[in-house]
Amino acid sequence: MQMNKRMLLASIAGLAVAVAGPALAQKKYSPGASDTEIKLGNTNPYSGPASAYGLIGKTIDAYFKKVNAEGGINGRKITFISYDDAYSPPKTVEQVRKLVESDEVLFVFQPLGTPSNSAIHKYMNSKKVPQLFVATGATKWGDPKNFPWTMGWQPNYQSEGRIYAQYLIKNHPNAKIGILYQNDDYGKDYVKGMKDGLGEKAKTMIVSEQPYETSDPTVDSQIINLKASGADVLFNVTTPKFAAQAIKKAHEIGWQPIHLLNNVSNSVGSVLKPAGLDAAKGVLSTAYLKDPTDSTWDNDPGKKEWLAFMDKYYPDGDKTSSFTVYGFTVAQTLHQVLKQSGDDLTRANVMKQAASLKDVKLPMLLPGITINTSASDFYPIEQMQMQKFTGERWELFGPVLSGGEGS
Amino acid sequence: MLLRPTDTREPLVATIAGIPMTTWRLTALGIGLVVLAVIPFVMKNFYIFQITLAIIYAIAILGLNLLTGFNGQFSLGHSAFYAVGAYTAAIMMDRCDIGYVWTLPAAAIVCFVFGFLFGLPALRLEGVYLALATFALAIAIPQMLKSSLVEHWTGGVQGITIIKPDAPFGLPLNSDQWLYAFTVIVAVAMYVCAGNLVRSRTGRALIAIRDHPIAASAMGIDVALYKSLTFGVSALYTGVAGALGAIAISFVAPDSFTFTLAVALFVGLVVGGVGSIPGTLVGGFFVLFVPNIAESVSKGLAGAVYGVILLLVIYLMPTGAAGLVRLISSRLVQQGRTGG
Repeated sequence: MQMNKRMLLASIAGLAVAVAGPALAQKKYSPGASDTEIKLGNTNPYSGPASAYGLIGKTIDAYFKKVNAEGGINGRKITFISYDDAYSPPKTVEQVRKLVESDEVLFVFQPLGTPSNSAIHKYMNSKKVPQLFVATGATKWGDPKNFPWTMGWQPNYQSEGRIYAQYLIKNHPNAKIGILYQNDDYGKDYVKGMKDGLGEKAKTMIVSEQPYETSDPTVDSQIINLKASGADVLFNVTTPKFAAQAIKKAHEIGWQPIHLLNNVSNSVGSVLKPAGLDAAKGVLSTAYLKDPTDSTWDNDPGKKEWLAFMDKYYPDGDKTSSFTVYGFTVAQTLHQVLKQSGDDLTRANVMKQAASLKDVKLPMLLPGITINTSASDFYPIEQMQMQKFTGERWELFGPVLSGGEGS
Repeated sequence: MLLRPTDTREPLVATIAGIPMTTWRLTALGIGLVVLAVIPFVMKNFYIFQITLAIIYAIAILGLNLLTGFNGQFSLGHSAFYAVGAYTAAIMMDRCDIGYVWTLPAAAIVCFVFGFLFGLPALRLEGVYLALATFALAIAIPQMLKSSLVEHWTGGVQGITIIKPDAPFGLPLNSDQWLYAFTVIVAVAMYVCAGNLVRSRTGRALIAIRDHPIAASAMGIDVALYKSLTFGVSALYTGVAGALGAIAISFVAPDSFTFTLAVALFVGLVVGGVGSIPGTLVGGFFVLFVPNIAESVSKGLAGAVYGVILLLVIYLMPTGAAGLVRLISSRLVQQGRTGG
């Protein structure tokens, strides 16, 4: 009896909450949000040495034009304020402070570049303003304990390293791995991911590690050393210029290892062509977005959606560039977060919703790859698929692999 | 716009509207100081921060001006001294836990020595060749900061994050206001020193070297020593600015000190007026704010708009802001004379 009564009470209470819910859910706002508007801030390098990346900011801007033309998000228009920081950290600090303190944006979305984000990391967290979906793959952006207001987006370098490790363990368990890596946080992140992924076997499988400095003219000697070490797998953790050199040199000295090339440098135009398409044939890498130049996707509804967006809202944009695909997809991720936030547009709730993405599928993510976050997982995309270079283009193969920690 | 020959009957004291020029100057200085003092109490933190940065750039430009404007040596490499100053401050604060106030004299000494030593071999180079040598320095420094030899200290590509200082003695100022006040105090001291320097015997020697090195050495000036010293002092000023900049931004990374910064300082020098001390303030504000204005005019064409503004400035004030002020005041003086 007693039990029943309690249950009845509970269910009445539950019902009351459910009914009153929408009415009671008061509209709550932090600066930058109102009944009619959500203000977002962003910095991108529209000028300077990294201005090629500016395409991402422009695509995001076009995406929110589309959102506004279609009625906004929960009835609110998006104002996307994007400033040029020329890839210079002091300028990023200045522009981001302008966004937060003068334009009073709700949060800062997709600031681009590892140094630029490092420069504002502490500031954003002390101000408690979200630094959401930063455009850099460093692993340090997913640290909810120490930096609860910062979140990455793309697969981080360690995750990618673990994915290569999984591939090797499954397909080449007796491989002898030689690693070429850039001697900084970026390179070391990848190596750590690989070692974590190999686990116990790392000690026996990795036969040589060759670091290089960005100031080195070439990586020729490192490649020769790696070949001499007897390695039959080359894990190539390099930025585009050095990646091209490594591919070329390995080909020249007749070394044909299983060549794992990091995602950072898998551009056909700027790495594989200069290295020589013949030399690059058979190189392996990873992908998480659909390659817009890959004819596999010609009849894919996802690609059609992206193309329709590009045609209507960003006709000048480069349809062969992965940057426009990237900008489109990251903006859609944010769209989902804001939709979930409903009428509670406080900074805390935006961060909470960003950390509550469950199996989000987006049109330009590879089939099978979904976005997942939680209060302790600030790495939205951690899955990738292996791909092989045919001499002309990348060809996906194998299953989608997850590089999440412990996987 | 021909310059008229000096009026031989010129009264000893030039006046505008019956008030002597020196009074005008003092009034301008007074108003300037009052404005500087009022700013932190009437403006938003963000604008205070921007003005702090503009003043910091002005100090850096002042350093360059001592070298170029008063001693006639060119430099396209002052971003290097700025970087050395910034890293000195950052490393001391982050790695050695030394108070930010002490980083300024340290940055001053380090940069003076660095500048002086760089000035010694650069002595053999003149004009465009010196510009090229300093350019090499500007290109080299960001890469050297990344090198693994010093990475333990400089933090490599990732740079160093430092903690912004709070106001001392329980002053009721937030960190932006305090940093502004601190920067203004340092700036005033450095401007006074620079003013005294160029008016002193040493200053006259510097100007003599600029105008006619052979005549200067005939007068007994040790040209080599003075040139190297000027390099040192110039680097000192820019280095202190770099240290202040590091504290204000609370972050240093090699990407902060690229050649673009060297060019920005050069632009500030020319816009403010080569050889003018107050002009460097105009230069500092120009360097910070005009790119923002250009961006607000057109995002896609910000660079082009900036270029047009720069061309207009050069066309309208061929001798910089200081030259414009000089021109206007001399016109007014003459008007007063013909009118009265």
